[in-house]
Amino acid sequence: MTISLPVTVSPRLSKKASRHLKERFIEFLLFGAAAISVFTTVAIVYVLVKESWNFFQHVPLSDFLFDTQWTPLFDDAHYGIMVLLSGTLTSSAVALVIAIPLGTIIAIYLSEFASFRVREIAKPFLELLGGVPTIVYGYFALTLLTPVLQILFPDLPGFSLLSAGLVMGIMIIPYVSSLSEDAMRAVPMSLREGSYAMGATRFQTAVKVVMPAATSGIASAYILGISRAVGETMILAVAAGMQPNLTFNPTEPGATITSYIVQVALGDLPHGSIGYQTIFAAGLTLMLMTLVFNLIGAWLRKKYREVY
Amino acid sequence: MLKPVTLVTPVTASAPGDDVAPVLKAEVKALDFYYGSFHALKGVNMPVYDRKVTSLIGPSGCGKSTLLRCFNRMHDLYPGNRYAGGGIVLQPDNTNLLSDDVDPIEVRMRISMVFQKPNPFPKTIFENVAYSLRVRGMRNKSELEDRVQSALKGAALWNEVKDRLGELGANLSGGQQQRLCIARALASDPELILFDEPTSALDPIATASIEELVMELKERVSILIVTHNMQQAARISDYAGYMYMGELIEFGVTDQIFIKPQKKATEDYITGRFG
Ligand SMILES: Nc1ncnc2c1ncn2[C@@H]1O[C@H](COP(=O)(O)OP(=O)(O)OP(=O)(O)O)[C@@H](O)[C@H]1O
Ligand SMILES: [Mg+2]
Repeated sequence: MTISLPVTVSPRLSKKASRHLKERFIEFLLFGAAAISVFTTVAIVYVLVKESWNFFQHVPLSDFLFDTQWTPLFDDAHYGIMVLLSGTLTSSAVALVIAIPLGTIIAIYLSEFASFRVREIAKPFLELLGGVPTIVYGYFALTLLTPVLQILFPDLPGFSLLSAGLVMGIMIIPYVSSLSEDAMRAVPMSLREGSYAMGATRFQTAVKVVMPAATSGIASAYILGISRAVGETMILAVAAGMQPNLTFNPTEPGATITSYIVQVALGDLPHGSIGYQTIFAAGLTLMLMTLVFNLIGAWLRKKYREVY
Repeated sequence: MLKPVTLVTPVTASAPGDDVAPVLKAEVKALDFYYGSFHALKGVNMPVYDRKVTSLIGPSGCGKSTLLRCFNRMHDLYPGNRYAGGGIVLQPDNTNLLSDDVDPIEVRMRISMVFQKPNPFPKTIFENVAYSLRVRGMRNKSELEDRVQSALKGAALWNEVKDRLGELGANLSGGQQQRLCIARALASDPELILFDEPTSALDPIATASIEELVMELKERVSILIVTHNMQQAARISDYAGYMYMGELIEFGVTDQIFIKPQKKATEDYITGRFG
């Protein structure tokens, strides 16, 4: 009996050169694609740091961190980032109080309770919610939600962190729910069966077994939600009123880091002036915050990886 | 409480080794089961005796797991599965546990299960074992501690883990994980434990310790075990059933099934002349 070789293999081993060249080329393309994103990130950080550096030549870091006023455009200029930070944190907190519980509940429902049919209908709607342009949410907050809230709280001003934050929460729900649901659905069926076999109910199984097993994915979903909240711009620019206001009271108007940046970027401040450079310092602050959240997320993922 | 139904049969088979007639724990009666349109169990009749080990053997795909999973209503978890006739009468209730008006959760609280692949929860060793108690609403800390300890002792795992109860269950070795799953199943004092090839993912030493454990457990609980390992079935079970293509071909005292099978098909399978 003769041994026949598969047709694609030549009977004699050839030099590896040609295949090698092709693979090198593919590798180069892939590397190029990866390099573009790395380069962009580095360039952004470079610009932010450089412009912020110029800014901090004029404004001491201690003023930036501890001053309680933010009036860069006034004659008596103050640069207390705390003021913008309070707006960002307050509106984000309102948004997350809505988005995290609701997003989690929706994820539990879709992953553990909903029938195939319900899931197939509900998911596109949720995705649609995430695809609505944020400017539309902003006007929704301003023209619909705020008047309704004013019926409940007559003292609520026309612009408020509350109204913007609530709408922002609705916008973030699909980010939280979709990632959490993916994480929960990835939990192997054998783990659920183990729980049911012990006499657990569906709800007990979802909360006591599936969620703990999906911790790392759910944490990622929350971190993404937080990052979206902190970085959201248009809703706040439209509905929260852009007055810098050191407050943690959501029923007041306020400016956030992001809404301040659009305000200045759209204004007619001369490039290179200190007033203009404030947006780079503010941007750097925002980026550092997001970086911290991402690091926390990476740490959580590592800590809870492969629990099943 | 499970409601009584009218299916009753007298006890027929005789006990191995002793003269005392075995007591019925459950009885499968004319059971039909479908996965969608696939007829997976065809008119199965089989007793399970109290505090005895009953094994199910047969070629891959013959329906052993399917039959086992009827006992704790695991099939209810998936749409399309259908109990299509007959039932499983649980004693002493004398109730068909597959009946529509029986709560599957109540069935699972009394009939526990150990799976083929160890599947500890992403929790500590202690919480893994306490799970079946917690889902029943037990809160008292010292009571939980006592029950967890005695379940771990019952599963011959206590000495290995008593100093590391706070560690994740997944940190244990495969054999230890399987014994953890047995402890988990034992903690709530079930009447019947179902084992689906519990040693097929384990090495010979871990397998031997699980086998020893199963034989100890039958002092206090009825056991139904699916196995591919003929020697294992012969070593540990009191009764054995041979299944083929969704039917129970032969059932009897293990020694008799292995030494003097009544049916040619059973003999062929046991002596390896199958297929
Ligand atoms: N979820 C399912 N849907 C459809 N058919 C199934 C399903 N599960 C099992 N079956 C079929 O039912 C039959 C019995 O399966 P079962 O798992 O009970 O076999 P088994 O005897 O346990 O086999 P093994 O020894 O390989 O575990 C097989 O033909 C299998 O293909
Ligand atoms: Mg099986």
